[in-house]
Amino acid sequence: MIQKAKIVLHFPKERVDKPIVSRLVKDFGLEVNILKAEVNPNEEGVMVLELSGKKEEYKKSLEYLKKEGLRVQPLSKDISMDRNKCVDCTVCVPCCPTDALERNPQTFEVKFIKEKCIACGICIRVCPYGAMTIEF
Amino acid sequence: MRTIQEINEKIKKGDAVILTAEEVSGLVAKKGLDKAFEEVDVVTTATFGPMCSSGIFFNTGHTKPRIKIGGGSATLNKVPCYAGLAAVDLFLGATAIPDDDPRNQVYPGEFKYGGGHVINDLVAGRDLILEAKAYGTDCYPRKFLRTKININDLNEVMLFNIRNCYQNYNVAVNTSNKIIYTYMGALQPRLGNANYCSAAALSPLLADPLYKTIGIGTRIFLGGGIGYVSWWGTQHNPGVERTAKGLPKTGAGTLALIGDLKKMSPQFLIGTSMLGYGATLSVGVGVPIPILDKDILAYAAVRDEDIVAPIIDYSSDYPNVKFNPLGYVNYAQLKSGVIRINDTEVHTGSLSSIRKAREITEILKKWIQAKKFYLSEPIEKIPSVDSGYKLKLLKERPIEE
Repeated sequence: MIQKAKIVLHFPKERVDKPIVSRLVKDFGLEVNILKAEVNPNEEGVMVLELSGKKEEYKKSLEYLKKEGLRVQPLSKDISMDRNKCVDCTVCVPCCPTDALERNPQTFEVKFIKEKCIACGICIRVCPYGAMTIEF
Repeated sequence: MRTIQEINEKIKKGDAVILTAEEVSGLVAKKGLDKAFEEVDVVTTATFGPMCSSGIFFNTGHTKPRIKIGGGSATLNKVPCYAGLAAVDLFLGATAIPDDDPRNQVYPGEFKYGGGHVINDLVAGRDLILEAKAYGTDCYPRKFLRTKININDLNEVMLFNIRNCYQNYNVAVNTSNKIIYTYMGALQPRLGNANYCSAAALSPLLADPLYKTIGIGTRIFLGGGIGYVSWWGTQHNPGVERTAKGLPKTGAGTLALIGDLKKMSPQFLIGTSMLGYGATLSVGVGVPIPILDKDILAYAAVRDEDIVAPIIDYSSDYPNVKFNPLGYVNYAQLKSGVIRINDTEVHTGSLSSIRKAREITEILKKWIQAKKFYLSEPIEKIPSVDSGYKLKLLKERPIEE
């Protein structure tokens, strides 16, 4: 059975300099497509991956990632916007790498377009009002 | 020409015409200044954005037996208050954070709960935990206090903004190769974004740029309730370079504001966390401009494209106090979502909420129409362009030991 899945990996900063992705290929025979990566020295890193491979190997790879101290999270429409908290300041808009946050040119309201979101989590960090959250 | 007294009489009779700052520029463009002046009595302006120089003064009521917190220490939900006042008078500032907040030790710090958030909880009517320590005196023997407390328990609580309504502001960018976290938001490297913070044509001091009507004693909308301009604000700097229309090309005038927190709303006082920078409070302010003459109307009919702001590099120029703009852009360009800096297209974000500011101009308009809000005559003008009043840097002087 072939398993295909998109996941979000959160690297704690002390794991950022470890070769992790190559192990997924080498040890578990997975095909890895990096959709997005934000990994810098001494900073918490985020990577969005599309993985495909044998189901058992895929399962084992997730265990390996967790053992390495990484937080693994499925990428499936998991970011949401709380309209009660959003004040429509628009500070998040230019930070979204996939234009999933849009400002209406008339009302100046910010719209979150889930279909475009790759769950990188940048908006969660930059929103001053805590209006963007991740749901599991 | 008309007077504030005449406008108030019209409000009383239900005859006053009140327009928002956005509506009035349309009217003046359509009908011309003379005709528009005959029609409009009041223009409502507003702004909503983070204002770090916000705080509350409050009186907790005396305990039995008495405690003198003054000279001791106190926290609300672990956020430190200023206790250098009388026995049970305290001050809490918007940027205060709990002693155990990691701050920027875990960079960039999240600053999830600070003074601004406490103020929002308080105005929302939630119970907070007040903890206080005192040294004890003959007349105030108690040394410790730990209690739930909410806004109804307090005797007085007033929001006080030592600086608000900044007249124009910088557009913040980052030309360095790494992301920086500022009070203007996270700035992506190599001109990755440009953040601004002004309600522009809606903004009170841009609709009255020479402070002809706004002065000490002006009654305003503050945080969802009624407040007053109590003074000019800190860093008031009216003498900066201006356009031919009298609009400052950089940050200029400011206002100090005061009002009763008990009458305010959590919708217009919101705790704010700036990643890597700190906690603060976003405050909604609305100011009515009485249209006393055609000049005042011409200023109030300002448009976004008339107002320019300097693009400042926050990676090096801002921290080192170098005023070296990469250029100027107007607010119509900023609000379009994209500006050009040199030959680069840069996407813009704002800290100031136009949606909220519009909401406030409409509320203030309704208050006046409903005769709940009358205009006040300023008691004193604030220093204007020709006053010579200006902002100084601190000149550090060596201390001889």
